[in-house]
Amino acid sequence: MRMSKVIVVTSGKGGVGKTTSTASLGAALAQGGRRVCVVDFDVGLRNLDLVMGAERRVVFDFINVAQGDAKLPQALIRDKRIDTLYLLAASQTRDKDALTTEGVERVIGELRDSFDWILCDSPAGIERGALLAMRFADQAIVVANPEVSSVRDSDRIIGLLDSKTLRAERGEPMEKQLLLTRFDPARSNSGEMLSIDDVLEILSIPLLGVIPESREILRASNIGAPVTMNASAGPARLAYLEAARRLGGETVPVAVPDEKKTFFTRLFGRRAA
Amino acid sequence: MSLFGFLKSRSSAPVARERLQILLAHERVALGPRDLVTILRDELLATIARHIAFDPEKLTVKMDRTDAMSTLEIEVEIPSDKIATGASRLGTAAQASAA
Repeated sequence: MRMSKVIVVTSGKGGVGKTTSTASLGAALAQGGRRVCVVDFDVGLRNLDLVMGAERRVVFDFINVAQGDAKLPQALIRDKRIDTLYLLAASQTRDKDALTTEGVERVIGELRDSFDWILCDSPAGIERGALLAMRFADQAIVVANPEVSSVRDSDRIIGLLDSKTLRAERGEPMEKQLLLTRFDPARSNSGEMLSIDDVLEILSIPLLGVIPESREILRASNIGAPVTMNASAGPARLAYLEAARRLGGETVPVAVPDEKKTFFTRLFGRRAA
Repeated sequence: MSLFGFLKSRSSAPVARERLQILLAHERVALGPRDLVTILRDELLATIARHIAFDPEKLTVKMDRTDAMSTLEIEVEIPSDKIATGASRLGTAAQASAA
């Protein structure tokens, strides 16, 4: 029996980087040789397939498997670059109520049998889809931007993780970690943007990582290759790789880009002026 | 004027932090006990429905919290004819004139 971990990547607010983070962390974990499956829960608005560069390879999806119309191995799409990385796509055509709690439970159970890591990419919002994505998770990654509406929605999601998940209902603790994305050190230093400490103090959950605002991210989604697959050593790629190591239990200090003289500042200084 | 505006825009993060702290302190209290209100609402619905046929949407349960005290407000809107039916089913004298 594998020691599999089911992790929900969630945020409440849309557009903060859930799908990008799911793909980037999934690829980073799989590079270490562990079997990883990234699962798209955004029924009707799937995008993980696109970010993973597998949009033309989807034949069967999560709902087909959940409803028993296809077997799990038929629906799993193996990544062409990392052979321990798999994708289970969401349906693009079915409506969002097509997933049932029982169906999701069964599919997650089957995934646990053959994967070390199962990363569930949650839809935005606090509706059924988001609740199903977190329902059977062992732990959660809360993705937030250093921005008021994102932080408020993250607080709300933390409340739901502590009340609506199976773990919460059983009275077991739900481990939650913050992944702060689109962080701009220069703007934070100049008092224009919430600092990492501000967000940590407000949300009171441990920090998984800080992903700097970076051009690499858009480029990665443009070409359908998660930033962690890229050979170049950009700051966002390094930040995701380190976050993945922390997720794997390693102690890696969070390299918070410091004032003025770091290369982060040189990179972002122009924009912050 | 322009210098003032410049300084103001540069130090907006502390304002964001303070607004969030105040807002979330409030929302955590307001949204936290929502489950309790939901539980109360469900149990009240079940209890009332045993005796009176009524529209579940006409039941409102509200909990308000202030520093000094909390109040639970329950409002049930029932058509007068349903009171009569319910009352007669309970075997008491029907008061067709019930408000």
